[in-house]
Amino acid sequence: MQSQAEVQHTDQEVKHAQFSEFVSFTVAGQAFCLQITQIREIRRWSPVTILPHAPSDVLGVMNLRGAVIPIYDLSARFGLEQTEASERNVVIVVASAGKPVGLLAESVSEIISINPEEIQETPSVDSRHTMEYIQGIISHEDTMVRIINLDAVIAVPEQVL
Amino acid sequence: MSGSIQDTFFEECEELLEATDEGLTAIEGGDHDPEVVNAVFRAVHSIKGGAGAFGLDELVAFAHRFETVFDEVRANRLDLDEKLIQLLLRSCDHLCDLVATARDGGETDQAHHDVLIEALDKYIPEEEEDLTFEPMGLGGAFEPASLDLPESDEPAGEETYNIRFHPLKDMYSTGNEPFFLFQALSELGQLEVTLDDTELPGFDGIDTSESYLAWNLTLVSSEPRAKIEAVFEFVEGLCELSIEGDGDAEADAKALAALEAAFGGAPEMPAPSNEPVQATAEPTEETSAAPFEPPAPAPESEVPSAAVEAKASSPKAETAKSEQRGPKPTLRVDLERVDRLINAVGELIINHSMLAQQIANLNVPDVRDVETELEGFKNLARDIQEGVMSIRAQPVKPLFQRMARIVREASSATGKTCKLVTDGENTEVDKTVIERLSDPLTHILRNAVDHGIEKPEDRQSAGKAKLGEIKLTASHRSGSVCIEIKDDGAGVNRSRVKQIAIDKGLIPENADLTDSEIDNLLFLPGFSTAKEISNLSGRGVGMDVVKNAVAGLGGRINISSTPGKGSTFTIILPLTLAVMDGMVVSVADQTMVVPITSIVETMRGSDDMINNLGADGTLLSIRGNFVPICDVASALGLRKEDNDQPPGVYLLVETETGQRSALAVDDIHDQRQVVIKSLDGVCGEIPGVAAATILGDGKIAMILDPESILAAAPSAAAFDTERRMSNAIAS
Repeated sequence: MQSQAEVQHTDQEVKHAQFSEFVSFTVAGQAFCLQITQIREIRRWSPVTILPHAPSDVLGVMNLRGAVIPIYDLSARFGLEQTEASERNVVIVVASAGKPVGLLAESVSEIISINPEEIQETPSVDSRHTMEYIQGIISHEDTMVRIINLDAVIAVPEQVL
Repeated sequence: MSGSIQDTFFEECEELLEATDEGLTAIEGGDHDPEVVNAVFRAVHSIKGGAGAFGLDELVAFAHRFETVFDEVRANRLDLDEKLIQLLLRSCDHLCDLVATARDGGETDQAHHDVLIEALDKYIPEEEEDLTFEPMGLGGAFEPASLDLPESDEPAGEETYNIRFHPLKDMYSTGNEPFFLFQALSELGQLEVTLDDTELPGFDGIDTSESYLAWNLTLVSSEPRAKIEAVFEFVEGLCELSIEGDGDAEADAKALAALEAAFGGAPEMPAPSNEPVQATAEPTEETSAAPFEPPAPAPESEVPSAAVEAKASSPKAETAKSEQRGPKPTLRVDLERVDRLINAVGELIINHSMLAQQIANLNVPDVRDVETELEGFKNLARDIQEGVMSIRAQPVKPLFQRMARIVREASSATGKTCKLVTDGENTEVDKTVIERLSDPLTHILRNAVDHGIEKPEDRQSAGKAKLGEIKLTASHRSGSVCIEIKDDGAGVNRSRVKQIAIDKGLIPENADLTDSEIDNLLFLPGFSTAKEISNLSGRGVGMDVVKNAVAGLGGRINISSTPGKGSTFTIILPLTLAVMDGMVVSVADQTMVVPITSIVETMRGSDDMINNLGADGTLLSIRGNFVPICDVASALGLRKEDNDQPPGVYLLVETETGQRSALAVDDIHDQRQVVIKSLDGVCGEIPGVAAATILGDGKIAMILDPESILAAAPSAAAFDTERRMSNAIAS
């Protein structure tokens, strides 16, 4: 099965020891990113199977080469409005403790190299979601990109089931 | 001692115990073939040897007695009568217990242990010394030890045997010890032992794991050659051995040829008659070498070519015998790997149907060639699937063997006599099914002995054989496994069963039930027929537990009974737990699967079949019976409350407690086999959903659990008890 990677990858982006590569993507119009090593694959959205009694940020489950993996709506998880999923959206497959999990994002933007020194601490704002799910921010081409704390995002929230 | 070595020992013990049990069962069945006896002896001996290495004293002591008694049988000094066979069978059971105790900890039944030991000791001749099995010391000092070999009187008609014995290094690695062999030989007659250390290299050239020493032995004995050969039985293939008698040369040559064939050829050796090795008579000097090399720990060395040149006369019969009963080569594989493979193959099959769908969608005018190839692909995929499934499949034989024990114990506890006859032991069933079948089978068999089989005197007055018979059969029947437990006892006492059910309020007093309905009352929760609670069955755990266990495996159980002739329990199980038969339905635009085993009936409903009960309860009228309706979509929280369009299709389901309900779904599509995918770790437990599966289009469908759907829907749960019971009976 092909994995749809809408990622621009140019040869000039030579890996540098102290630089980490991040994949940036948009969720509800905001820019987020994940470290590239956390990402297993990126797939085009296809309709998922709804899980009964699931909270609104759990979209359902999908078939990833024979494995049943849950799909979370990142936007809803961040407390933003629920994504109206369509074929233009992507599912970012990440692994948490060996278990694959799919995260629905609006679209994937690019791969950016970040010097860890450039990462700024998340400024204190009055939002539980922000503090919990964002582990830092960086400035990239004049936009703010939020680095997601993956463990916090894919931890099964208490209210589920 | 490292845990993994010990694990291996216990794994081997399982196999050895199985072999022991198998051999004893064959002996019980009248097969007194010496080879069978030997096989059991060897198995017990190996257990003893292994246990000795791990310091499992109790196990060693018991295995030793067991082995000794068997040795007597082997030597034809003991008759295998019924009493001895029963004792040996019980000892085998106890040996299993001891192994299990050694592995899992816990206590053995000391009283039982002592009783058996005492009983076994009665068969052991006096002179048998208590040979404690001590692991060999590894760091022995380099000094020749003297062997104190008891001398025996020279009986008349004796013969002189010249024996040359050269152990290979593998012999030491298996824990054998020349001293014990010589000691055993010395019991047969007058023995002279001379060490041949000519092969011993200089001190700095010694490879400590190599075996350099050989012995020349002269035995004057009246015992037949076979007895001498028997001494070396356990080192067969681990040593170079030649035995020459001075008697009738012709007979000897023949025997020697056979012997050599058995030992894989004899080495070139000096004819002992030409080079007589004279040893002094003093026991202290008469011997040999004690720098027994430490047992070579690494089994990397291949067996040095013991077969030098086989003599021309050697290829005689005999040889095949030792090969005959050897186990088939097997491979131990981590179960997880097999399961991964099963997953991948399941995916392959789904992938095939997706591919076929895609090709059909292409609208290419001529796809015949592609379809032919695709058909081949499909067949291959099915082959692989069957192959992979068969890896998980295991014969029911070990399970049946354990059941033989249950029957033995049950009959001795109840004072009844009966035997278990098994058939179809090689029927293969999924490993998990076998594991989970043990408890229900135990229960049924105990019941069969306790309630089914009559007391011997009752049997005789009924004109039956004194010995009751319970037949346990396994067979494959059209894609499922059928296990049948048939006893030739009294059958179900229907009037009693009915009376008990009435007394316990399980059925109304005026209930009019057919014979089969009465028989099935046994499966109702809280039903127990034993007049008094015996210590076997009747602990308040009834046949309903058996029924639930079988249902948990996706199977079903039936009983049929003929008064005076006996009862038959039939368990029908799916071949594997990874696949099940399901009905594909749609619920609120989602495709879902309902297990076939829980569906009694499906029907399309019309408005006049629906009756309201109270504010929001609805009942479906089926041929005059009223059954609560449970809307699956609402129960799963998938339908908006204001949706007033009633779904048109009903699945009549029966739960484990015998309660019937009608599940309302939107539509029924198909009935097919689905591969079960666990949702563990994907999300928490979802009420109403048992697992998931992947359909032919690659989509995931939820497999519903009617039981928990109904539990979640309160309207269906509260229901008239009387009605429920008569429903249960009607099944």
